[in-house]
Amino acid sequence: MTETLLGIEGLTKAYPGVVANENVSFSIKPGEVHALLGENGAGKSTLVKTIYGLVKPDAGRMTLMGAPFEPAEPRAARIAGVAMVFQHFSLFDALSVAENIALGMEDPPKPRDLARRIREVSETYGLPLDPARVVGDLSAGERQRVEIIRCLLQDPRLLIMDEPTSVLTPQEVAILFDTLRQLSAEGTAILYISHKLEEIRTLCDAATILRLGKVVGSCVPKETSAREMAEMMVGGSLHVPERHPAPPGETVLRLSGLSAPSPRAFGTALKDINLDVHRGEVLGVGGVAGNGQDELLGALSGEILVRPGMIEMEGRDIGRVRPNARRRLGVLAAPEERMGHAAAPDMSLTENAVLSAAVRKAMLARGFVRWGQARTYAKEVIAGFDVRTPGPENAARSLSGGNLQKFVIGREILQDPEVFVVNQPTWGVDASAAAAIRQAILDLASKDAAVIVISQDLDELMEISDRFAALNEGRLSAPRPAAGLTVDEIGLMLGGAHDMDVAHLDHAEAGA
Amino acid sequence: MDLSAINPVVLVASLMVAATPILLAAVGELVVERAGVLNLGVEGMMITGAVCGFIVAVTTGSPLLGFVGAALGGALLSVLFGVLTQFLLSNQVATGLALTLFGLGLSALLGQGYVGVKSPTLSPVDLGPLSDLPVVGPILFAQDIIVYASLLLVAGVWAFLKFSRFGLILRAVGENHDAAHALGYHVIRVRMLAIMFGGACAGLGGGYLSLVRVPQWTEGMTAGAGWIALAIVVFASWRPWRLVLGAYLFGGVAVLQLNLQAAGIKVPVEILSMSPYLATILVLVIISVGRAPGSLGKPFHASG
Repeated sequence: MTETLLGIEGLTKAYPGVVANENVSFSIKPGEVHALLGENGAGKSTLVKTIYGLVKPDAGRMTLMGAPFEPAEPRAARIAGVAMVFQHFSLFDALSVAENIALGMEDPPKPRDLARRIREVSETYGLPLDPARVVGDLSAGERQRVEIIRCLLQDPRLLIMDEPTSVLTPQEVAILFDTLRQLSAEGTAILYISHKLEEIRTLCDAATILRLGKVVGSCVPKETSAREMAEMMVGGSLHVPERHPAPPGETVLRLSGLSAPSPRAFGTALKDINLDVHRGEVLGVGGVAGNGQDELLGALSGEILVRPGMIEMEGRDIGRVRPNARRRLGVLAAPEERMGHAAAPDMSLTENAVLSAAVRKAMLARGFVRWGQARTYAKEVIAGFDVRTPGPENAARSLSGGNLQKFVIGREILQDPEVFVVNQPTWGVDASAAAAIRQAILDLASKDAAVIVISQDLDELMEISDRFAALNEGRLSAPRPAAGLTVDEIGLMLGGAHDMDVAHLDHAEAGA
Repeated sequence: MDLSAINPVVLVASLMVAATPILLAAVGELVVERAGVLNLGVEGMMITGAVCGFIVAVTTGSPLLGFVGAALGGALLSVLFGVLTQFLLSNQVATGLALTLFGLGLSALLGQGYVGVKSPTLSPVDLGPLSDLPVVGPILFAQDIIVYASLLLVAGVWAFLKFSRFGLILRAVGENHDAAHALGYHVIRVRMLAIMFGGACAGLGGGYLSLVRVPQWTEGMTAGAGWIALAIVVFASWRPWRLVLGAYLFGGVAVLQLNLQAAGIKVPVEILSMSPYLATILVLVIISVGRAPGSLGKPFHASG
């Protein structure tokens, strides 16, 4: 039996100077969960955009249910039964959840019925969502729920998911997987794009691997090791971060009863956080998005000023010290949002280097910027962190997510911080870049700096942290040594499946 | 000085007339800006509408046909803006400013033979006994049809943006044109339609000046009304009903200061003349809380 839902033959798409897809062929069966693997720039995005009707191929053909399939626009693809969850959320901040969902549907029902259906679907699949809330106030995890529910409401035959789990907790991932298995059992095929190879091994029935626009192989993920898949992707052997465990040094940063309201309208206030961070250690902070991660980073970087006595660095009260003065003391931070928070998108890499490194790298002289110094430093970051860009004069916006992330992290790490705080260091970054970033974090800790890594990727935290603490509704659990922690223990620290209806989880498991 | 000469009922009735051109132009610009386009050419489209409406009304003898001409004239000029900014990706601010200058010159040229000519004008609607009611009669039931139409237009735009599918798409395009494109909406088509609607509304506003408010043709007769309409849109936080507040406040102070001048109040005329602008901006700044549409003024080009 070789029934094919979506067949792709010889698909080619070239942009000026780069071939995004070259003679790509593969097929997806109904109900199959098919993984599309590849590094950033391997052509996955172009390929799924072609299937979704956003890009017209130069050559090749596609078939859907045996019939020729040439969607001229996403509307045609949606009518044919193809839905897509975007990696870079395609949401409208000023509109409500229900309005955002209606925009992604061909024939949306009346607002009241739509709100009811959103509640139904969100409860059935354990993804609670209030249809009336404004999307701009939602956390990254909640925004993704909007995208997923928008797709599920259309009863798609093929669901394309681009990096869907990067902002979810293990419990949420488990529930999403139950949802996807349920959909697959109902006959919906899923084209699943992810860098997380273990996830692909648990979920997917088949995998196609792309490198530099070409199909370089296919495999059955359940019978292939993660390492083998990663090496097919990269086309060489993959570097696994090494750590050199050392006894913890002296306390460098002390948080005592840190409480602070959130500056955002629907943010989470920090509540009574007590923590000692030592030199030479990596402290991992886990938790679901929207539980105070941004606020914690803000309080540590100096964007949020707190009352005296709450934050001490080597005995010195720094709670009311502003960001540049903290940088001078050696407290550096890299926030989650690359575009607009960690980097100014329309400014060059040199200018972005000045924005955070001016103080520590002596780029200022009597109120003037020493551009030569700045350019040298930007080049140093580009070289030291393998940032792929023609040069430091390029705008931050022109870099891919992974490359910009490497630049942002490198810009802070090369300033030799005493304390380094980073939120989501490898979100949406491909496997080899993520490994490089994690290695840099470990190297920094081994040079006697204290590192706080805030992340939603528990595998990452377990890989690099010495101690682990969980952030839940603005409260931080007591840190525990990361070695030997089990998934269940972490789950308890995170306060169970946050925001999840356990009854539905049981139901979904019974049904699976 | 004799303040008793100012009749509050006549004052309110005439402030609605004074506010209507600005309200019409502002509601059009509001739709344009909600679609993410900043058209600074409102003044130019208004004056073009004023002269086109005047010429059509004088030629045909029908003020209503004059308004049709005014709307068409404004819309045609806005198409020029639309083609330049949406297809040729010219800078919206510079193009809008150029459109105002172009409109002022074009209208002066077209109106050369019409200076001093008297145009047919609209008479107030006659609602019989309702119009004869004390106080509310002259204010609510004895205006001309365009005053009612302008309020209906505001209500229509409000309902369109809030409840209709196309209104939602328009807001989505203005909020995040890349996401709207990714979902398969035609950003440029939506924006061209919005720009043309804005042009037609500005044209109507201009036509109201030359056909009802004044009613004759003088060069540069809009005298900054288009700029006030632009300011009102921003200070009204892009919400239709607040436009009414802003426009009527401006109209009210404008009419009041004229009455005060006539009454011989001991305040320099220059200060009285600037008072409508000051009062409108002051009040709207105090009540403004909104945030601009996310993609306002940014060029859109479908790529990748």
